[in-house]
Amino acid sequence: MARFVISRVFSIALTLAVIVTLTFFMMHSIPGGPFAQDKEVPPEVLRVLEAKYRLDEPLYVQYANYVKGLLVWDLGPSFQKIGVSVNDIIKQSMPASAKLGAVTFVFVLLIGIPAGIFSAVKRDSFPDQAIRFMATLGQTIPSFVLATLLIYIFSSRLRIFPTFGLRTWKHFVLPAIALGGYSLSFVTRLVRSSMLEAMGQDYIRTARAKGVPEFQVFFKHALRNSLIPVVTYIGPLIATVITGSFVVEKVFAIPGMGKFFVDSITNRDYTVLMGLTILDAILLCAAILIVDLIYGLIDPRIRVDK
Amino acid sequence: MTGGDRWEALPPELRLSEKIIRPSMTYLQDAWRRFRKNPTAMFGLVLVASIVLLALIGPAVSTHSYREQDLNRTNEPPGAEYIFGTDSLGRDLFVRVMTGGRISLLISFMATFISCAIGVVYGGLAGYSGGRTDNVMMRIVDIIWTIPLMLYAILLMMWLGTGLHNILIAIALVYWVNMARIVRGQVMNLKEQEFVLAALVQGASRWRILTRHLIPNSMGPILVTATMMIPGAVFTESFLSFIGLGISAPLASWGSLCSDSLGALRSYPYQLFFPAIFICAAMLGFNFVGDGLRDALDPRLRR
Amino acid sequence: MPAMDEKNGAARPLLAVRDLCVSFFTHVGEVKAIRGISFHVDPGETVGIVGESGSGKSVTSLAVLRLLPYPGRIMSGNVTFRGEDILSKSAGNMRALRGNEISMVFQDPMTSLNPVFTIGEQIVEALAVHGGKKSPAEARTRAIEMLNLVGIPDPEARFGAYPHEFSGGMRQRAMIAMALVCGPSLLIADEPTTALDVTIQAQILELMAGLREKTGASIILITHDLAVVSEACSRIIVMYGGQIMEEAPSEELFENPLHPYTKGLMRCIPAFGGAGRERLVPIPGTPPDLLKPPAGCPFVERCREAMRICLSNRPAFYGEGRHRASCWRLDPEAPK
Repeated sequence: MARFVISRVFSIALTLAVIVTLTFFMMHSIPGGPFAQDKEVPPEVLRVLEAKYRLDEPLYVQYANYVKGLLVWDLGPSFQKIGVSVNDIIKQSMPASAKLGAVTFVFVLLIGIPAGIFSAVKRDSFPDQAIRFMATLGQTIPSFVLATLLIYIFSSRLRIFPTFGLRTWKHFVLPAIALGGYSLSFVTRLVRSSMLEAMGQDYIRTARAKGVPEFQVFFKHALRNSLIPVVTYIGPLIATVITGSFVVEKVFAIPGMGKFFVDSITNRDYTVLMGLTILDAILLCAAILIVDLIYGLIDPRIRVDK
Repeated sequence: MTGGDRWEALPPELRLSEKIIRPSMTYLQDAWRRFRKNPTAMFGLVLVASIVLLALIGPAVSTHSYREQDLNRTNEPPGAEYIFGTDSLGRDLFVRVMTGGRISLLISFMATFISCAIGVVYGGLAGYSGGRTDNVMMRIVDIIWTIPLMLYAILLMMWLGTGLHNILIAIALVYWVNMARIVRGQVMNLKEQEFVLAALVQGASRWRILTRHLIPNSMGPILVTATMMIPGAVFTESFLSFIGLGISAPLASWGSLCSDSLGALRSYPYQLFFPAIFICAAMLGFNFVGDGLRDALDPRLRR
Repeated sequence: MPAMDEKNGAARPLLAVRDLCVSFFTHVGEVKAIRGISFHVDPGETVGIVGESGSGKSVTSLAVLRLLPYPGRIMSGNVTFRGEDILSKSAGNMRALRGNEISMVFQDPMTSLNPVFTIGEQIVEALAVHGGKKSPAEARTRAIEMLNLVGIPDPEARFGAYPHEFSGGMRQRAMIAMALVCGPSLLIADEPTTALDVTIQAQILELMAGLREKTGASIILITHDLAVVSEACSRIIVMYGGQIMEEAPSEELFENPLHPYTKGLMRCIPAFGGAGRERLVPIPGTPPDLLKPPAGCPFVERCREAMRICLSNRPAFYGEGRHRASCWRLDPEAPK
């Protein structure tokens, strides 16, 4: 098990290094540079700006500096907001995203997993067909359509839920549905199909031939085996969901990381963009690492093989 | 039947020993037969076909063009003259949605095609080479797999700049890894089988074995994955356009049309409704076709 | 063997199957997998069921346990165990029977054990569901005892091992231990040796024979391999196309096969093909399509001795005593 953990940590670290490098050089090779705005910037101003942000140094020195900063979690200053660092922006925007993300995650799991199991247990019944229909529909609606539709119906017309901000529990309902709709559908379908897959295995027949009650066949023998693909999906889901959605945060005017990300695209604020991307990647990698470790707990075969 | 001939030996032509019980069908004929019997899959196919057809002929039959503005008739609701109404610049929404469909579909098909090609070649080579080459190639895929793909599509778009072919490249460059994994898995399985050995014994080259034996035999999963990639590409394209990194005016895609409609959503919800319904219908159609294909091509169900 | 007496069938059979029909309702139509079969198993005897894949032998065993997979249904017939009707039992009563009175060993030990639980946990589970008020320690002792009995070395240590840490033969031994842990009176073994190496096959068969002696359980041994049943079984049932073709005590069947299909099967096995250099003769053709089952004898299309009547009418059973076969050639009126 220890070897397994070490090898996973090592490969995740390697991945992160690749991501940081790739992001850095991509950002720095964008034609025009960060201060090439629509209006002409006088060359002397440009030179001062570049000196201030140390963009006049050779690229590899800048890279080394960036990595050095990264190691002590200093993501540098914002290019557009004077006197504000990327760390400040993350500190300021992370809580909103994380709160909404946590709510969404719980919502997706609490509904998706039971719905999937129920659908598999009652296979081909009317409720199963209804759940499958809803889940298919949920996967076809992009989050921006869902978000705007929800606002239009529930805020503008029916006035049940507020449109923007995250002050009361009511504020969470619509963004959580918009953010989690796709994942909810996906989790439901995944749980259903992996339950059915597990139910078709020979060891289920063995358990039944032993006289194990149906309930136990489902929740002991099938569920544990069917969790493996589900964990694969929901692990990274935590990371994606807590780092905020560009669209949902924009539409619901939630001051989270997704909104800053979109803003930094429009403003060409490269350090913010880079910082947020790297934070995203770190969280995602951490989630994948946790998933790998959970695998080891669920499936004894993995513990030994690797 | 009289008592005499019932004990008569059965003539060989009635013995049917060597008769082929089921009419032989090629793999694809057989799959198509099963696909046709699946109502949701057929529904999906009809849906996709109608959308494609509408997008192709829609702009041609309309008297308006997608860029023609009529500032006297802005934000008109759907009616006889403009079936989907007009947008804030007085452009005919029907033609814009259809033209947008052309672009969204074109990007999705092309991006899927390119990323399939990359994925099939990459995965095929990795799987067939095996050993260290496979190890290194798959480690690279693992790393790309870990990268938040949507973020990378976005960064690529910023790097490349907006525009039709750039969006295509960005999507294609990001989404090939899934295909590579699937093809590699298939090839790894298939190359152990006897028919590959038989081909090797006959002196076939490695390239020939890969292109003539391994990849054609993996066609089922490749096809299914490709069909499932198309809605993903529709999604990504509309998403990029929605956040302003995709298609720019006066050209339109479904995503950019949705984005354009947001400002006046409260007053003119139909401006979101029409492009959105087309995105959903296309996603639904491709998903159904993909599911149907998977069922039809699954050899375990073959009968 | 209790049933060897003259008043045939007087000793109450342990298991009796009468006119059993099973169908699978697939999306292409009703597949009539079993079309009216009857047989019985006496206490303490080993009965072999032989047939090609698709002959309905595995479906028969699953139907007896009422474990038919999803689109399958028992259409008619009845199954009695110790004189009690199994098919009308409630789900709960049926479950109390499974693994306790009737247990089953499956073909592929690689997939038949749950990969995420230890061997020990899976054996103990069988004890736990069948109400034994055993403490965990007692159950553990009993499970280790069984592992020892089926010849697993160092059972104490192997108790906590996972299936993937076992070899194929060892897993099949563990499956047998699990099936026998509650002391069933009938063990159904569905191709228990097919997935194993030849040398391991012999060991497993030997083990099963030994266990039958020790526990007195009856065994139904299902296989496609005549060589396997010839050694292990006292009585053999030959199935084809969802029906029974022939049934006879072992030696009788090999000395005097009556049905052309049985004869054909024997010609396919080197050891039974006759002395010396006689050629092996394959049976041409393929088994019938049970979507559209033939009206007459299912074997007619491949039979060398087929007659016109075989095409249209299903033959009755002919023969005396414990040897019976379903073939028109055995009809007294049929030409010899």
